[in-house]
Amino acid sequence: MTTMVELRNVHKSFGPLHVLRGVSLSVRRGEVAVILGPSGSGKSTLLRTINHLEKVESGTVEIEGELLGYRRSGDRLHELHEREILRQRTKIGFVFQNFNLFPHLTVRQNVAEAPLSAQKRPKAEVDALVTRLLDRVGLAEKADAYPRTLSGGQQQRVAIARALALEPKVVLFDEPTSALDPELVGEVLEVMKDLARTGTTMLVVTHEISFAREVADTVVFMDAGQILEQGPPPQVLDSPRHERTRAFIGKVL
Amino acid sequence: MTLSGTQAAPAVQRDEPSLRVVPTRHPLRWAATALALLLLAMAANSLATNPAWEWEVVGEYLFAPSVLRSLVLTMELTALGIVLGFALGTVLALMRLSRNRLLSSVAWAYVWLFRSVPLILQLLFWYNLALLYPRLSFGVPFGPGFFDIGTMDLIGPLTAAALGLALHQAAYAAEIVRGGLLSVDPGQREAAAALGIPRARRLFRIILPQAMRTIVPNAGNEIIGLVKGTSVVYIMALPELFYQVQVIYMRNGRVMALLLVAAVWYLVLTTALSVVQYYVERHYGRGRS
Repeated sequence: MTTMVELRNVHKSFGPLHVLRGVSLSVRRGEVAVILGPSGSGKSTLLRTINHLEKVESGTVEIEGELLGYRRSGDRLHELHEREILRQRTKIGFVFQNFNLFPHLTVRQNVAEAPLSAQKRPKAEVDALVTRLLDRVGLAEKADAYPRTLSGGQQQRVAIARALALEPKVVLFDEPTSALDPELVGEVLEVMKDLARTGTTMLVVTHEISFAREVADTVVFMDAGQILEQGPPPQVLDSPRHERTRAFIGKVL
Repeated sequence: MTLSGTQAAPAVQRDEPSLRVVPTRHPLRWAATALALLLLAMAANSLATNPAWEWEVVGEYLFAPSVLRSLVLTMELTALGIVLGFALGTVLALMRLSRNRLLSSVAWAYVWLFRSVPLILQLLFWYNLALLYPRLSFGVPFGPGFFDIGTMDLIGPLTAAALGLALHQAAYAAEIVRGGLLSVDPGQREAAAALGIPRARRLFRIILPQAMRTIVPNAGNEIIGLVKGTSVVYIMALPELFYQVQVIYMRNGRVMALLLVAAVWYLVLTTALSVVQYYVERHYGRGRS
């Protein structure tokens, strides 16, 4: 299988805080990678560098072999113009912990916004796409509702539909169920499992170990800005090689 | 909230007589209401019976052509001040929030200067600009000029008044718009960026409509303030509402009646604007209960 996401030796600091310390990660097309790790280990920052919401300080991020945020000539990296970065972002869906739906737009307008304005696709085509996507996340009847009138789980499902509307090559999930009431977590995980089954490439930061065990092809364990170990779920979750992985999994299970 | 609780409720009804609720008495509130009514009645009586109010003169001048013309000028000045003021104010707010230090400093300095100097002084300054620059020249900066024009010809009293009001208003508008932009959750900006939505579209489609919820009530204050603020331009002898009623009462001596005429029209204008504000607020409040 071909490589979809490739990170090489990525470093990122916030002031004196060295958040990512040389992270390299490769995700194949159709693969579901779940990133686990204690809070502050750099998981979210890692996701945010992948769609250039955070600029990396050194190292490279590639999507399908295309360098993100920079153009390489010889041994120099030229920062790309914003328009180019925006075009690259349309290949990457991002689902936020706090949904970040646009409260003044209806569900339909939320999902249709990016295909219309970022991809300039024709209105009729986008309408059909939105209907299909809302149906897929089970919210077809909420198309004309405003986000505030929906439950957290419904809002996150709309947010997933919104991310999918770009027909991205990879979808990044940043703790998608952490802001939800416990009884609403299941419906969001169901939608994500459905995506995984249909071959969507996904990188998921989560604390849902059972989701990792059931859905992930690869589990990545991060600590203190580095990847400590990665592998198939049984290997990492049941017989971790690192003491810190073992301690973390013991705590969340 | 427990099941046993809901089952117990009928039992209470069976065993005990139904209880009547007696509201708390508020004797002081009743006294205050009576006093207020008394004062209102006295005020109404005096308005109606004191002939010095000269209501027939008010009626005579309320729709006089010269008063209506001056009312139109007041509305024009308000509109120019608000539209130009908020347009420039929005640019200043964006400059102020820019990561470019020079742009942000220039915007800060503008607000500092135009908020600090009294409006009446600013108006006189623009009115007398010709004393400073008798002729204005247009051309290449520091280079040759293409044409020049007498300052007095370009900036008459009307232009000076509109310019003065707009530039002064822009300083306040900048702060109102900036506050509105800052009130929007940063996650909104981030989500729009992550979706690849172009920068201008992000501002006008995602951020500003949400900022409007904070901007509109403050802007409403400013607009109503400006309606009345236009009366300051009477010092430039522009025949707006306040200047016009002065001209009339200087001639016929009916001071109170003509001040009332102006007051009535200011009331009408600000009431109309308040109604508009209500609907604009409702529009931008959609999606929030």
